[in-house]
Amino acid sequence: MQERKPRFTSLSGFDTNRVYTHNDLKDWSPDEELGAPGQFPYTRGVYPTMYRGRLWTMRQFAGFGSAEDTNRRFKYLLQHGQNGLSVAFDMPTLMGVDADAPLAHGEIGHCGVSISSLDDMERLFDGIPFEQVTTSMTINGPAAVIFAMYLAVAEKRGIRPERLDGTLQNDILKEYIAQKEWLYPPEPSLRLIADTIAYCSEHVPKWHPISVSGYHIREAGSTAVQELAFTLYDGLTYVEAAVKAGLSVDRFAPQLSFFFNAHNDLFEEIAKFRAARRLWAREMTRRYRPVDPRSVQLRCHAQTAGCTLTAQQPMNNVVRTTIQALAAVLGGAQSLHTNSMDETLALPTEDAVKLALRTQQIIAQESEVTNSVDPLGGSYYVETLTNRLEEAALDYFHRLDDMGGMVRAIEQGFPQREILNSSQRYLRESERKERIIVGVNEYVEPVERPIPILKIGLEVEHEQVARLSDLRKCRDSFKMAGAVEALQEAASCGENVMPYLIDAVKAKATLGEICMALKEVFGTYREPVVL
Amino acid sequence: MTVASAPLRILIGKVGLDGHDRGVKLIARALRDAGVEVIYTGLHQTPEQVVNAAIQEDVDAIGLSILSGAHNTLFRRVLELLKEQDAEDIALFGGGIIPDEDVATLTADGVKALFKPGAPIQEIVTFVKGLKPHG
Repeated sequence: MQERKPRFTSLSGFDTNRVYTHNDLKDWSPDEELGAPGQFPYTRGVYPTMYRGRLWTMRQFAGFGSAEDTNRRFKYLLQHGQNGLSVAFDMPTLMGVDADAPLAHGEIGHCGVSISSLDDMERLFDGIPFEQVTTSMTINGPAAVIFAMYLAVAEKRGIRPERLDGTLQNDILKEYIAQKEWLYPPEPSLRLIADTIAYCSEHVPKWHPISVSGYHIREAGSTAVQELAFTLYDGLTYVEAAVKAGLSVDRFAPQLSFFFNAHNDLFEEIAKFRAARRLWAREMTRRYRPVDPRSVQLRCHAQTAGCTLTAQQPMNNVVRTTIQALAAVLGGAQSLHTNSMDETLALPTEDAVKLALRTQQIIAQESEVTNSVDPLGGSYYVETLTNRLEEAALDYFHRLDDMGGMVRAIEQGFPQREILNSSQRYLRESERKERIIVGVNEYVEPVERPIPILKIGLEVEHEQVARLSDLRKCRDSFKMAGAVEALQEAASCGENVMPYLIDAVKAKATLGEICMALKEVFGTYREPVVL
Repeated sequence: MTVASAPLRILIGKVGLDGHDRGVKLIARALRDAGVEVIYTGLHQTPEQVVNAAIQEDVDAIGLSILSGAHNTLFRRVLELLKEQDAEDIALFGGGIIPDEDVATLTADGVKALFKPGAPIQEIVTFVKGLKPHG
């Protein structure tokens, strides 16, 4: 019978055969390529029991308006069965700009919560038990400052740092590559990251000082291969920076974490998670020869793909998100965020975010997919895809090695151009209807039914500006200036800045003041424009 | 014999702190491929920088991408500055994560068109090609 198309391809562009057989896995050895769950090379998962032992952490990324608004949303989510927090900061916070700076006007609380000072941070976590709830903070350029605020809040509550558990995204390379929220040039940024890694390994051992992120690379339009390759290579770059700073790999590598996208192509995505674990275990072993097996285990968070959601017929997004979430679960992720159906229009409403959380709960509790570890292991198709993804990512590794590493590659615009070309290819394919997007280029409805959305008013901004003005009036400005000066001194002489950052935030220096002071030492960055 | 008109000149940019530039770059490429002269501002521009650049570059229109939710403030500020500088003949359009309600008020205030996620790129190109060269 005639097939529907002359060529079937995966979302990343791999040709897909009608059927896969043992001939596709001729020289393939299950002992070498799979191992048992919890065993090298961890293709089948990092733990022997996986979801039979413990389900993934349901962690919805949340933040909007003021610290109080977001605190209420956190409590709402915990009350509905979520078991970890994930903070979304607004654009000024992400860029290290205070809420009362001219550049921040119009942006306060719109795409996340506004945090400019230690006081804001205290209100954000009011009544949230740090000892019981792990918290992930999605922040990069100013990550060390926000982390210092978190540690200062814990100290004030009398919680010992070794009890704190959570994650700081702190991944600056993918900012230069994809999301474009940076503060300083790459070299001093890498040094700040090495400082946080070193500080955590000594004082906050349960904390994950970095979450090496492919999510944003994929959202910027990359293929699954590019997401896999650039993310893992970024990870190796951080390992190298920490090793160069004098840490032994086993001191910090077990605390590294990863963050991947869960996109539309179900089997390719499952293969991506599996290939990521195998490739990381192999490369870490080859390059650093760690002794602790945990140093080569890739643990990851996943989020369904925001870029696949459509403003048209938004309820369809629930279905997309369900399939993507299933990919993350079948791929063996340790924690998961599911997007809400209204996120192409605004930040999610309470009802929308609850439905997204319920989607995870249904997969976890009703579908029975959690009963067996790596249920697709051994599938001719999934194993072939896993092999192909690993090989294609390794090709990129060699190219990046030849360019002199990721920082040099970024300066040449290499990953940026690769991603832009992929995103343009995807756009062309959807315009030619080689890829169908339901409700967008097919099954279009002339009249759209509006859905309720969350609104953030300007009053959040007025309130934040007033609070900051009070803070500046009430603090001991000599003490604050002294702390900032000591920080600059430490930054310029190469001392670990973390203790100085903690002092500065406790002296009520604001996020913007601290980031500006560090810019004086580190300089700023202008990207090579790739068009 | 007809005289070929000069190609349209469009300033495409990111205003505010938002760095999400996937869409803006695809649109810049598509317009360039359609024969429009595109000037791309790069990231993190203030409304003042955008309007000054538009006047200096003598463009026919400004296209701005905002995904951070700051669209109400930033589009209005650009409109205001165009008015102050007597440059209202430069058309302003844009796109991003913008709810319908805000699309309605911003277009009533003078933004020529706002495109939402999933808008076909051809629709944007057709809109731009339909703009009149400014005075």
